This record gives sequence, C-alpha cells and structure tokens, in this order.
Amino acid sequence: MKNLIEIRWHGRGGQGAKTAALLLADVAFGTGMYVQGFPEYGPERMGAPITAYNRLSANPIRVHSNIYEPDYVVVVDETLLDSVGVTDGLKEDGAIVINTAKPKEEIIPKLKGYQGRVYTIDARKISIEALGKYFPNSPMLAAIVKVTGIMDEEDFLESMRKSYNHKFASRPEVIEGNMKALFLALEEVQ
Amino acid sequence: MASDITRLGVDVKWQDLTLGCTIVGRGTSESFNTGEWRTDTPLFILEKCKQCLLCAPACPDSAIPVENGKRGEFDLDHCKGCGICEKACPFDAIKMLKGER
Amino acid sequence: MAIKERLSGNEAVANAMRQINPDVMPAYPITPSTEIPQYFTTFVSNGQVDTVFVPVESEHSAMSACIGSEAAGARTITATSSAGLALMWEVLNVAASDRLPICLALVNRALSGPININCDHSDAMGARNTGWIQLFAENNQEAYDNMIQAYRIAEHPDVMLPIMVCQDGFITSHAVENITLLEDQIVKDFVGEYEPEHYLLKDGESIAYGPYAVTNYVMEARRAQMEGLRNAKQVCIDIGKEYGQISGREYGLFEEYRMEDAEYAMVIMGSAAGTAKDVVDALRDKGIKAGILKIRLFRPFPAEEIAEALKGVKYLAIMDRTEDFETNCGPLGAEIKSALFNKNLRPLTLNYCYGLGGRDVTVESLTSVFEDLFEVEKTGDLGEVYRYLSVRE
Repeated sequence: MKNLIEIRWHGRGGQGAKTAALLLADVAFGTGMYVQGFPEYGPERMGAPITAYNRLSANPIRVHSNIYEPDYVVVVDETLLDSVGVTDGLKEDGAIVINTAKPKEEIIPKLKGYQGRVYTIDARKISIEALGKYFPNSPMLAAIVKVTGIMDEEDFLESMRKSYNHKFASRPEVIEGNMKALFLALEEVQ
Repeated sequence: MASDITRLGVDVKWQDLTLGCTIVGRGTSESFNTGEWRTDTPLFILEKCKQCLLCAPACPDSAIPVENGKRGEFDLDHCKGCGICEKACPFDAIKMLKGER
Repeated sequence: MAIKERLSGNEAVANAMRQINPDVMPAYPITPSTEIPQYFTTFVSNGQVDTVFVPVESEHSAMSACIGSEAAGARTITATSSAGLALMWEVLNVAASDRLPICLALVNRALSGPININCDHSDAMGARNTGWIQLFAENNQEAYDNMIQAYRIAEHPDVMLPIMVCQDGFITSHAVENITLLEDQIVKDFVGEYEPEHYLLKDGESIAYGPYAVTNYVMEARRAQMEGLRNAKQVCIDIGKEYGQISGREYGLFEEYRMEDAEYAMVIMGSAAGTAKDVVDALRDKGIKAGILKIRLFRPFPAEEIAEALKGVKYLAIMDRTEDFETNCGPLGAEIKSALFNKNLRPLTLNYCYGLGGRDVTVESLTSVFEDLFEVEKTGDLGEVYRYLSVRE
C-alpha cells in the first residue's frame, strides 16, 4: 500500500457523503493509521453537489488543503457525472467507484477518457434490500474500503459493528440492516 | 491582586493602581468631600424643627445625619447645596443661604 | 496514559472544556464554532460537568454575561466566530480592562462582507488590539493543548487578562484528525481551581468593578493593563514548559521549523503552517535552506524573540490571512517588519495576503511564495512588497 492515500468524495447534500468520509477516517484510525476526514463547506442545502475528502497515511499528516490529485474518487450520486468533473486530477493508477445500476460500458463514456480502474456498485438496490430505505453511504463506504484495500474486510466489518453499536445505541434494530448493507456491498462492488 | 486603595489619589503612579481599577471596600465615597462643590448652604433652624425626619431621606448625599431618631447639623463636608431638603421641610426649618459657603 | 483519539477541532476543544469543567458558559451559536457549545451542552445535560450554561440573545450579551460571571468569581468560558466576535468588540475591551481572565474559543471565520462562512483571520485580527491574549493553533491537537493551558496563562497573578484560543474554521474545526488527549484527572490537576483574591460574591467583602476613570487616571490604567499583557509572554513560556512535562508536547511563543540555518523563511500562523512544513521539507530535499516560523502567541506580540529567530534570514515572506485595509501590508507584516527594524535587521521581505474566505492554501501555492523569494534573490528587486496569493487577475 502507498504511504499516503488521498480520496475525494462527490455526493449531494443529504446523501451522507460527508458522514461516509468521517466514518472512513474512523475505521482507518482503528487500524492505527493517521487520518484526515473533512468536507468542503459552503451554504449547501439538500441536493446541492458537495465534496468531502480523506487522507490516510502511515505518517502524521500536516497538509491542510483540499485534494486535487486524488488516488481514489467515490461518486455517491451518478447524476453528478454530467455536471461535476469527478475525474479531474484523478490519478491513472488510482480508481473511481460509482454508485449506479447501469453497466460499466454506459458509465465509462461519461468519465472524460479516464484510463484508470472503474468500479460500479448499485448502492440503491443494496440499501433498499438491507435497510428498506435509500442510504447510499454505508454501501459506498464498504466499496471504497474494498477497492483501496486499506484494511482487512473482517476487521472493517468488526470495526463498523462497534461504531454502529455506539451510534445506534438507542435504535439497535437498524444495526443488522446496516451491517447487511456493508456485507452486500463488499460482495457486489465490481 | 493589587487592591490597596489607600494609595489612590490624583498623584497615583500606574504601579500603585488597583487591578482593573477595582475598588475593594465599602463606603469609600465618604472620603470624597463633595461639599467643595457647594455654592448655596443650608441653614438648620433647630427651634422650628419637629423632627419629622422628612428631610434626611430626601438628601441625595446623605449629608443629614440621624441619630437616636433625631436629625443633627448638616454634614457640610458632603452637602452640595442642592436645596432639596429646604423643599422637603414642611416647617420652614431649613433655609438656603444663597451664595454662602 | 495518553488517550489516542480522532476528533475534529471543535470536538477537541469541547473535550478540553469538559476536562477543565468551568463554572459558567454563556454562549450564542455562530458557524463554524456552533458545535463547541453544542457538544458542551451535551456534557452539561449528561452531568459530565458542573457548568451553568447560560443561553443568551446575542454575542454582545454573551460577553457581557461572561464579564458579570467572571467578576462574580466564576471561571467563565465562551465560544464564537466572525460576526459574533465583532458584535462582542465593545465588551471585549471591558473584559480586558477589568482584568477578568475569561477564556474564549475562537473558530476563525471571515468577517462580512461579502458574507462568507469559511476561514480567514479577519475576526481575530479585528480584535487583536482589545487587550486579550491571543493563541493560534495549527491543528486539532494544538487547539486542545492551547485550551488546557489557557486559564493557567490568563489567571496568573502577573497577568489576569482574558484569553482567546484560536483555530481555523472548518479547516481544523470540522476536520477529523488524530489527536492525543490527556486523562481527565491530569488536566484537572494541571488547570487547578480558580481562586481569585477578590470577587463580587466574596463573603464579607465589597468590591466595585469598572468605575469611571477621569482623565487623570486613564493613562495610568492603560499602562498598568499593558504591563499585565507584557507579563503574559513569560507566563506563556513557563506554562508551555510545564505542559510539556505532563503531555510530552512543550510549547513556546512560536515554533521554528528547520530555521537553524534558514536563509529563506516564511512567517505564518494557523492551519496553513502545516502545509508550509511539507513545502519546506521538499525545498530542503533540494538543498535549499528554507524554514518556517509559526506564530503561536500573537498577543502579546513577541517582537524581540521573533527578530532574534529571524536574524540569519536573507529572504523573508510574511503571510497575513486577512486584508487589513492598511493598503501597504497586513498586520503580521507590519509587526514583523517593526520587530526587525528595532534590531537593525533588513532581510528582503515580501508580505502576502492569502487564504481569505477559505481560499485553499496548497503545497503549490506556498511553494510559489518561496519561488518569488528566489526571484527576488536573482534580480535583487523586491517589486511589489505587498502581494495577493492565489488571486485571479
């Protein structure tokens, strides 16, 4: 694994891209890494395009800027492909992970000639199946963990279970659904 | 905390000021002789006084001392000569002497 | 045992406040500092602190309530940003002149206008001459560490002045990063109890705060207040050392990064200093003697010590994250140049306005500042001495 991994998240306000970036920082922290998880803030409201970032490193991180040449990009909402330059600066030896039900052949032409690896995952289908509602961030989090290989999948699931036990202490009924969403996402990202 | 107010006065050095100009202690206005400001002076006419004590609480400078239920002579160290006591007295027992200190 | 955590800057500061357990917190929310009172009121509701939280109707009221509370003898804390600090301005001066060691967590955000919620230092710089002590932080760790040291500096008998603990809005306040926390008991022992000698609610004693001062007293009052602020410098050094003993992280007036033989130096404060360190490392790898001086204590301004630290520097860049409308320089630029002038030092100096309203500060943009210094060296010509970084023109 590289010494420093930089990830850029594209989503829409309300979809949980920021939360997913913070959760990724959380689980990576659990493996002993140095982490940064931060959103780009503005007066955004639900539906507006938002960006969030992660730096994950074996060494302390001092840089406090946005990420312009990411190793990985996560697109939480495929409708952004038409309006946002999601592949801008994305390294060719990196990868992009897109939430879509469409086959890759339909998606790749929208990526402005990006030559690196392209992964897709139908987070909507997974979320509806596991949770009965559309919360794309858990499946997308699992997908990027798998694609980056920053940690062992078992360790990831265990860490997330702890995190959910804490986060949903008052609503334990949603924990299994979220765990199922992660499990399915790890299986289905391709 | 510098709180000694005994060195405060018009010649005080910055080193001797209290912290934040705070004033620790009570009743410190007594040491300021506002009687210096007076241009008219009240005259207390003892024989007309019924000791009704309406004058004392009317005085803005607490310059009418009351002891054992009776008022005494004016405290001219603090009386500014405003004349409120003259108006408050129903028995003409206080007369303002105009232009006198 | 140190506690390894990952927290945002706001979470870090709120946790430091929890460990300090102040007596009173009057606060009014404003982005990006809102989370601090938000987290803190959770601690209040959960009984994790004994603090009385006072919701108020404005920041002017918040600081006024702080003054009343602190004068009454209660250790008092608040938090704000941007326009909130501006609304406090009148009473900030009163807090300092009354010598009340209030602590304010400032999450730096641009002042309007144009209205903007992102980071620059215009709020703190607008309040730099109100008599408050000002500490700046590079990251969540420093924001936490500064907060724990704050009362020890402010309440020191030689100081007795309010203190502002600053961090960069969103860039550090909302970024989750690794952090090492101290145990609650260690913080409690380090901070200690607040036991002022005199205060409004002291049994059997009367005290008046904020009396009118006629012309005869005002210069003496200001001179005495300035002495307290001047004393804060040594106290800041002493407390920074003592903090090093309990945490392993010692603090001074400023941080010198690879300055030992630096010929090219950048003076900077806040989160961009971390980015600048990566720039310096890359330059050093090329054999270029570059260094960073990161300001921690901005008020009182450690002019002599900074001049001493910069005495070997030939080419200097001073970075101001505010537009002061002086038109020739920013506040840090003016003060560093004044410090150098007093010591007869004349490095070739450029002053930059950068990062306004959250304008991103990158390795590339800060590298370009050093490249400008190389150009000055090559041509011997300073050109425009006050420049804008990363502005479209």
